[in-house]
Amino acid sequence: MNFLEQYNYWIVILLMMSGFYIVIAHGNLVKKLMGLTIFQTSVFILYISVSKVFGGTAPILDDSYEVYSNPLPHVLILTAIVVGVATTALGLALAVRIKEAYGTVEEDVIQEKDLQQEGSTE
Amino acid sequence: MIQHLPILQVIIPLLAAPICFILREAKLVRWFVLLANIMAFVVSIMLLQQVNANGTLVYTLGGWEAPIGIEYRIDELNAYLLILVTSISTITLMAAGSSLTKEMKESKQTYFYIAYMLCLTGLLGILATGDAFNVFVFLEISSLASYTMIAMGNDRRSLWASYQYLIMGTIGATFILIGIGLMYMMTGTLNMHDLAGRLVEVEQTKTIYMAFAFFLVGVCLKLALFPLHLWLPNAYAYAPSIATVFLAATATKVAIYILLRFIFSVYGFEFSFTHLPLTEILVTLGLLGVIAASIVAIYQTNVKRLFAYSSVSQIGYMILGLGIGTKTGLSATLLHLFNHALMKSAIFLALAGVVYRVGSVNIKAFAGLGRQMPWTMAAIVVGGLSLIGVPLTVGFVSKWYLVLALLENGWWPIAVLVLIGSLLAMAYIWRIVEVAYFKPALQNNRSYKEAPLTILVPAWIFVIANIYFGIDTSFTAGISEKTAELLFGVVK
Repeated sequence: MNFLEQYNYWIVILLMMSGFYIVIAHGNLVKKLMGLTIFQTSVFILYISVSKVFGGTAPILDDSYEVYSNPLPHVLILTAIVVGVATTALGLALAVRIKEAYGTVEEDVIQEKDLQQEGSTE
Repeated sequence: MIQHLPILQVIIPLLAAPICFILREAKLVRWFVLLANIMAFVVSIMLLQQVNANGTLVYTLGGWEAPIGIEYRIDELNAYLLILVTSISTITLMAAGSSLTKEMKESKQTYFYIAYMLCLTGLLGILATGDAFNVFVFLEISSLASYTMIAMGNDRRSLWASYQYLIMGTIGATFILIGIGLMYMMTGTLNMHDLAGRLVEVEQTKTIYMAFAFFLVGVCLKLALFPLHLWLPNAYAYAPSIATVFLAATATKVAIYILLRFIFSVYGFEFSFTHLPLTEILVTLGLLGVIAASIVAIYQTNVKRLFAYSSVSQIGYMILGLGIGTKTGLSATLLHLFNHALMKSAIFLALAGVVYRVGSVNIKAFAGLGRQMPWTMAAIVVGGLSLIGVPLTVGFVSKWYLVLALLENGWWPIAVLVLIGSLLAMAYIWRIVEVAYFKPALQNNRSYKEAPLTILVPAWIFVIANIYFGIDTSFTAGISEKTAELLFGVVK
């Protein structure tokens, strides 16, 4: 069946959409960050799918192999993973600081407190 | 040495950042960072000279030739923006010392300078590189550093603003990553120059259309085009004053550069404007941004937020110029890129002076400041006049070009809307002028002294630049026209 032949791309789309949905729908800051991580991970899978060559092996020179998968997207994604880790770490650090400053990590409570603050000082 | 200039431009701030960590002492770090910035500025001037003398500079990293290796490619467009970013960053840093001492603890300042240098590295890297994936990496370096800078603000709302920016910024960057991935899928190359050649063969495929769509949305999130601007006002309002000056003047400009580079040098004018309805999209969103953001700005009580919304509307002008899709329109965009950086640096630096003395940027706190801090307020007024587009300021020059480009196409209704946008700008500038000059100072108010010279002098450097480039337009307008021609020339 042609529809399921390239199932890896369907997985990418599914992960991307569910990650994006979590970012938008959840009010909890930590859950939002997890959604963001899923969203980013789907792109990693997209890149790795592209670089796979059927019957190809890991790009290590050896006499018994002739077909290799494309190493470049793997390397690129290694960089992107590092960027993703850094983003998640920074986001979680911010969530900790927000918890200290506001006493909560729920978006609606934070917005309510901000509105109160604006009302009292300005 | 001379042939290594393109890489030095990026390496100097990158190496300066960890050295700050070793130096530790905030006072020492301040001078060291300023020195590194001046070096970067000198390098960018030398680069422009080189480009003017020898044409486009190509630097291959590690000696690997381009499609395999990464190359840095400097042409007129980059060289011009490199000077803009490094000069603004240097002048802003002159004011950083006293402004930061007021706003954060000594122990935190070193970290702020490190984030500042990393942000500069990212911005310069985006400008210098000729590799699509490098653009993504440098974009993330500058973004992560700017989230950190914003989170260092005094108010707890700065944390929330930084978090929101992080979510939006990461979604934008991931969209850009998807776009680049899809391009790589179809062409097998990441080098922009190479991409431009190979995209022609596959440009009618759905994949490339999708790549362009993802890329466009991602970049528009980063540059805060109207409906995607929600992260910007809070981020600018609650960040430390110096971070606001730096980000407002450079970060969004660099994002616009990415857009220009990909639309013109990679995809080509033909693809972007003929096959796709880019004109309709950009002109509509740009106009909506100009009008809607100006109206929202009028109702703000926090002056930093007010000018942040005004930034969104000014970005609308730049996108509008780009959307027209003619040489004059593109020169208007490039001119406004340069001019808006000058206006906003002057205004936000003057506001840094207000924060230093008054400690608040609420509009009520401005009562009577016109008499107590005449020079600071004068800087805000001149910057404001420039935003409105009064003759003899830079704002007039860029708006003149924009209206000219619109009339060339016969789109006079849009030109009228642009002028209405200027009237709206007048409304929000007037609110500040009225409070500062015509309202008596609050009774329980002690009188405030003028902002310290370390902040005032850099602010006035920008103010004078605002007036100078408004009168003598040969440099800015000349370069913009030349660059616009170059970008259109690449197309054919």
